[in-house]
Amino acid sequence: MTIESMIWLIPLAPILAFFIIVLFTNRSKWLSHTLAILAALTSAVMVFWLISKVLSTEHFGEHPIQSYLPWFPAGDSWFTISVLVDPLTILTLFFVAVTILMIFIYSVGYHNFGAPKGDHDRPGLQPHGATVSDAHGHKHTVMSIEPMYSRFFAFFGLFAFGMYLLVTTGNLLVLFIGWEIMGLCSYLLIGFWFAKPSARAAGIKAFLTTRVADVLMLLGIAYLYFATGTLNYKEIFVPEVLEGLAATPAIGNILGLSAAGLIGILIVIGTIGKSSQWPLHVWLPDAMEGPTPVSAMIHAATMVSAGVYLVIRFFPLLSAGWDGHGLTAPMQLMAFIGTFTAIFAATIAIAQNDVKRVLAYSTISQLGFMIAALGIGGYIAAAFHLMTHAFFKALLFLGSGSVIHGVEHGVLHTGDHIDPQDMFNMGGLRKKMPVTFWTFLVGGFALAGFPILTAGFWSKDEILADAFIHQHWPVFITLAVAALITAFYTMRQITLTFLGQPRTKAAEHAHESHWTMTLPLVILAIFAVVIGWAGIPEEFPVLGGILPNVVHVVGESLPEHPEAIPFNWLPLLTSIVVSLGGLFLGWLVYRNVKAGQPDPLAKPLGPIWTVLKNKYYFDELYDYIFVRPAKWMAEDFAIWMDTNVIDGILHGIASVGPILGSFFRNYIDKPIVNGFGDWIADVTRKMGVSLRVIQTGRIQQYMLMALVSLVAFGVVFYLLLVQ
Amino acid sequence: MIPLSWYLIFAAALFCIGLYTVLVRRNAIIILMGIELMLNAVNVNLVAFWRYVNPQLIAGQVFAVMVFAVAAAEVAVGLAIFISLYRRRNTVAADEVDLMKW
Amino acid sequence: MTALQILFIIVAAVTLGAAVMVANSRNLVHAALWLIVSFGGVAVVFALLNAAFLAVAQVVIYIGAIAILLIFAIMMTRHITGEKTARFTTNHILALLLAIVLFAGLVWMLLGWSGSAALAVPLDARADPVRQLGAALVAPDGYILAFELASVLLLGALIGALMIATERK
Repeated sequence: MTIESMIWLIPLAPILAFFIIVLFTNRSKWLSHTLAILAALTSAVMVFWLISKVLSTEHFGEHPIQSYLPWFPAGDSWFTISVLVDPLTILTLFFVAVTILMIFIYSVGYHNFGAPKGDHDRPGLQPHGATVSDAHGHKHTVMSIEPMYSRFFAFFGLFAFGMYLLVTTGNLLVLFIGWEIMGLCSYLLIGFWFAKPSARAAGIKAFLTTRVADVLMLLGIAYLYFATGTLNYKEIFVPEVLEGLAATPAIGNILGLSAAGLIGILIVIGTIGKSSQWPLHVWLPDAMEGPTPVSAMIHAATMVSAGVYLVIRFFPLLSAGWDGHGLTAPMQLMAFIGTFTAIFAATIAIAQNDVKRVLAYSTISQLGFMIAALGIGGYIAAAFHLMTHAFFKALLFLGSGSVIHGVEHGVLHTGDHIDPQDMFNMGGLRKKMPVTFWTFLVGGFALAGFPILTAGFWSKDEILADAFIHQHWPVFITLAVAALITAFYTMRQITLTFLGQPRTKAAEHAHESHWTMTLPLVILAIFAVVIGWAGIPEEFPVLGGILPNVVHVVGESLPEHPEAIPFNWLPLLTSIVVSLGGLFLGWLVYRNVKAGQPDPLAKPLGPIWTVLKNKYYFDELYDYIFVRPAKWMAEDFAIWMDTNVIDGILHGIASVGPILGSFFRNYIDKPIVNGFGDWIADVTRKMGVSLRVIQTGRIQQYMLMALVSLVAFGVVFYLLLVQ
Repeated sequence: MIPLSWYLIFAAALFCIGLYTVLVRRNAIIILMGIELMLNAVNVNLVAFWRYVNPQLIAGQVFAVMVFAVAAAEVAVGLAIFISLYRRRNTVAADEVDLMKW
Repeated sequence: MTALQILFIIVAAVTLGAAVMVANSRNLVHAALWLIVSFGGVAVVFALLNAAFLAVAQVVIYIGAIAILLIFAIMMTRHITGEKTARFTTNHILALLLAIVLFAGLVWMLLGWSGSAALAVPLDARADPVRQLGAALVAPDGYILAFELASVLLLGALIGALMIATERK
């Protein structure tokens, strides 16, 4: 089997797992999760084998692995699809394969495999605990197994298929197919506990918000196909084609854009929706309604990363016409949106109390970093941060899931009805859940960009250096501030959750999670530390050059390889100060929060705090502008239209019949038709009445009449015949 | 000396007077008188033509004799009817015998 | 104007005048009497036309039999009340008009006929119309059949009149 044909098969195992679980093994939980994990493992093994084959190739970027397949006839020719494996693909496949496998394993423990069935559990509800009695007859509640266990793994398999498809393909249409499959799975998995109204609403919100972006993206895809006649990357990213697109004005000369500019902007809009950037960011925080593995995989590591992957992949098109100085229109859009979102989401994150919400806004903010990096031309920096972020964000989410499980256990044990996800109900968990604590710490430091030791530092530093060197000062300063706030809220989270003393009884009774949950945490933590070292710039003092800079090979995917960024102390110092300073401040402010105390920042910031806590009221704004009119249209207007206008028209048409009928009856049938008949009869009768007078019975009159007629006839005959 | 036309005009006048009488008078017997006048006029006509056209042909007079006979018979029967009618209806006015309708 | 013509005119005027009186008479008996005058006039006309037998027969039959019969009938059908009943029918004007028109038409036609100006051919002195008539009436190759049929007719009329006029009990 050649490498080319094997690449087509990478997405196969998970989709097979999906079908088999849905059709056959639904009842057996053990069989379902084993199948799913085996599928993820198979794909991962294929990916690693691929990587091993590829690492030895010199200048891999210039000789990517491609394979073409004609799919359907389109006009005179065939529409071909392809797979493409180049350095960017390898980088993405690597973190996708590892995170998917880790999260699959984690889900076994998260859904409490092996636990008894819950007392009041039903499919559609979150598991609520089962009462068990121990040897002495004491009853206490423990965590129960998820009723829809197999369904979860089936959906995950479908999702993995979608992601692999998106990453391995070399065709934009197939990418869009994978994109939409993941969108579907996101909806299904956010609303996994469908009996909860908030989960249902969150699923719909996610789907509809991304749908808005997807429609515009589809327009971009269509326009691209129209302009170039193909959707395969290697046929589009040819210099002649790109220059042609950059030179042609867009249809209708909208905003003075070139064709490449308009297509680029539409594609960027697709990413804005999928990667939850402002203004389409509202769905991701609500998506935390889903189970934590879902949040980890879909909303941290893979699906939202797919949006960034798309714009990185399409960088040649987005930067078509970029001469190194003025940014093209799509790049300007990305730079602005990315930077704005980074600081916007970071400010909201510091005011959230739910442990998963903080991480959600953190994801939005970090994705903003990546998009901003790409917007200013930092191709390699964006790809690097994409990879490191996937690892440490997945790690953080899984860690938060472990924490929530621990507190849940405490809630069930003590019967203390508190929100297990609220950080202000936690505290001191480092003693109760050490593994979780240390791995979470690693992940948090990576997010904050703790120097040297964590991967996040290297990737974030690369972004800031890129911004600095190319003198995009607004971007540089804003991202630096955002990084500071990132470190601050990360330490806030760690301090509130793990440090200090337990603030509730439930937190006191927390215990460490099962090994199926902690093993993935450890593995991901190792990656979160180590992977950054694969991208140390060559010119870095002391450390540069020790390890080969594998990440920069990604640059060879582009037609023109980006030059390495010269080393500069200022961005490096900025990174270090911002990260350490933020961490220190976070620990400082939050270390002494006791049970029942409000947030220390609430009073000093006052009204600003309220605005941040309420997410700048964007949800309320969108509800007012979009949701309510849509509901009015659907519920009131449509019904009014149907009942009054359409039914009115129908009644009107229907009433034509009786009206016409009565008109014909009363004005034509009765007077004219009947009347005519009656009139003839009447005339005949009247004629009879008037003629009857002649018959008097008197002979003399008869004779008289006869003689008069005779004379008359005689005259007539005489005049006619004789003359 | 007397042209034929005089006799003929005389007969025509008599005939018309007789006709007038038949049409106008209400009493049935007067009507019968009118009929007799008409028959007389016819006779005059016949005899005038006999005398002026061909006096040798005696058929003209024979015809007139027949007319005589018929007139007499007719009067007899007619009066018998009138008397019978008078007995039933107590009237001989032609107006009042209007049974010849429908 | 010869004497014959004057005579004829006088006789014609009397006859026509009597006939008009018959038409207009209120009294029924007067009408019968005027009728007799009229018959007489006609008899004179017959005489003028050399039809001697017919002139006498006219007097005998018409005046002697028919007029008398009419007078009898008048007597027998008299209204006892004797009140004045209308003489004429409702349409008498129209009838008058008709008679006048008819007369006018006839006269106009007659005057247009060429033969009407003919004068009488003198009769042969030896010719005897009476004898001729008698011979014709009984001659087998003459008019005996008509003669006999006329008598049968009269017989029939006689019997018929009897039957009709008989009062049934």
